[in-house]
Amino acid sequence: MGRDEFLFLLIGLKWTVALSAIGFVCGCLAGLVIALLRTSGMRPIERATAGYIALFQGTPLLMQLFVVYYGLALIGIKMDAWAAVAVGLTLHASAYLGEIWRGGIEAVPRGQTEASKALALSYSSRMKDVLLPQALRISLPATIGFLVQLIKGTSLASIVGFTELTRAGNIISNQIFQPLTVFGIVGMLYFIMCCPLTIYGAYLERKFAASAR
Amino acid sequence: MNDIATTAGNTHPMISMTGVEKWYGAFQALKDINISVAKGEKIVLCGPSGSGKSTLIRCINHLETYQKGEIRVSGTVLGHQAKTIDAVRREVGMVFQQFNLFPHLTVLENCMLAPLRALKLSRQEAEGRARQLLERVKIAEQADKYPAQLSGGQQQRVAIARALCMRPQVMLFDEPTSALDPEMVKEVLDTMIGLAEEGMTMICVTHEMGFARQVADRVIFMASGAVVEEAPPAEFFSNPKHERTRKFLGEILGH
Repeated sequence: MGRDEFLFLLIGLKWTVALSAIGFVCGCLAGLVIALLRTSGMRPIERATAGYIALFQGTPLLMQLFVVYYGLALIGIKMDAWAAVAVGLTLHASAYLGEIWRGGIEAVPRGQTEASKALALSYSSRMKDVLLPQALRISLPATIGFLVQLIKGTSLASIVGFTELTRAGNIISNQIFQPLTVFGIVGMLYFIMCCPLTIYGAYLERKFAASAR
Repeated sequence: MNDIATTAGNTHPMISMTGVEKWYGAFQALKDINISVAKGEKIVLCGPSGSGKSTLIRCINHLETYQKGEIRVSGTVLGHQAKTIDAVRREVGMVFQQFNLFPHLTVLENCMLAPLRALKLSRQEAEGRARQLLERVKIAEQADKYPAQLSGGQQQRVAIARALCMRPQVMLFDEPTSALDPEMVKEVLDTMIGLAEEGMTMICVTHEMGFARQVADRVIFMASGAVVEEAPPAEFFSNPKHERTRKFLGEILGH
């Protein structure tokens, strides 16, 4: 495999990183909204968000990408592959992160809510100053774990014709007929992105377990 | 706000509860509670566990809702609108059995948060107030530590300072010494006694009968969600009228 082929893979890698970043950042913002709605105490809203989460957790990411890319085109909303995949990953991430953080918010002891209410803090201050900092801390290992899933999940974008790392590998492999070498390198590149995150997540988990004692 | 400037010259009681009733489903937690607390008065609420004493004081700052009756805090009817609830909570400080300090904030930040957010004080004012009150509960040198680095007694004193930073008119204590190791009870009680001596209106749910004798103007005994007996401490301890009160006192003072 020559230098040009490898550079082509790196361009694919760049898109994988970009897709992961967009999915994660937009997913975080939307997921925060989902988590807050899910814990709002208003029954119909809690039910609706629970349904939203169940829908995205209960169907394959690949199918979600298909629906956004082909399905929306059928009803007249035409997006290019790049935008469709970003939207699909954002929706997917928002559901998972919403659920992870819902768990985090609910894991903060009730006394924290009571104390902040007794101090006349408003809902937004209660969330921003008291509950979310603790909830996000509790959820950080799970959040990083999900980020790793998301990075690997971007490989499914290749199916709708988006040239990220996996599809770049496919193209090169078809050109030079060395699938083992090419996909070996592709796998290594994923590993280099994901493994440090996994190690970092495990480190945080140990650190929090120690500080909780 | 104070819609009831009723009988002229007559000051409102700081807290009045009239006909307050509360149910959890079919279980009645509070039965026809009528209590009036004057400004500066110190009340000790006692009774067996499950008698509704915590529920009662938690109704006063709307941590619990009630279904019937009326609660007024310095004249303001505690309704269910967020606005009156917040107005009342700014006037009513609360100290919990489990301290409930914010673990991710330092002692100083714990004390500054509510004045900054709920009273909209400047950072400088909030910090000045916090340091002054930490000084007063004799814990100023721990201001930059996190709650987990303090002993239980120190944490509870910080919790008292945190509540005082709102300059409340009333302080509610919900079993403030029950979670403490015995050797730390005194430092918290001393802080509360100091507060009482300065004229703070206080309602304390506690089993510390020594504190009740020394500080309380009235002791209220509750059982099964109702007020059974209400008397000044001297009379309450030496001459309890009801059988249930005698039984309770026998149990907690019996040895």
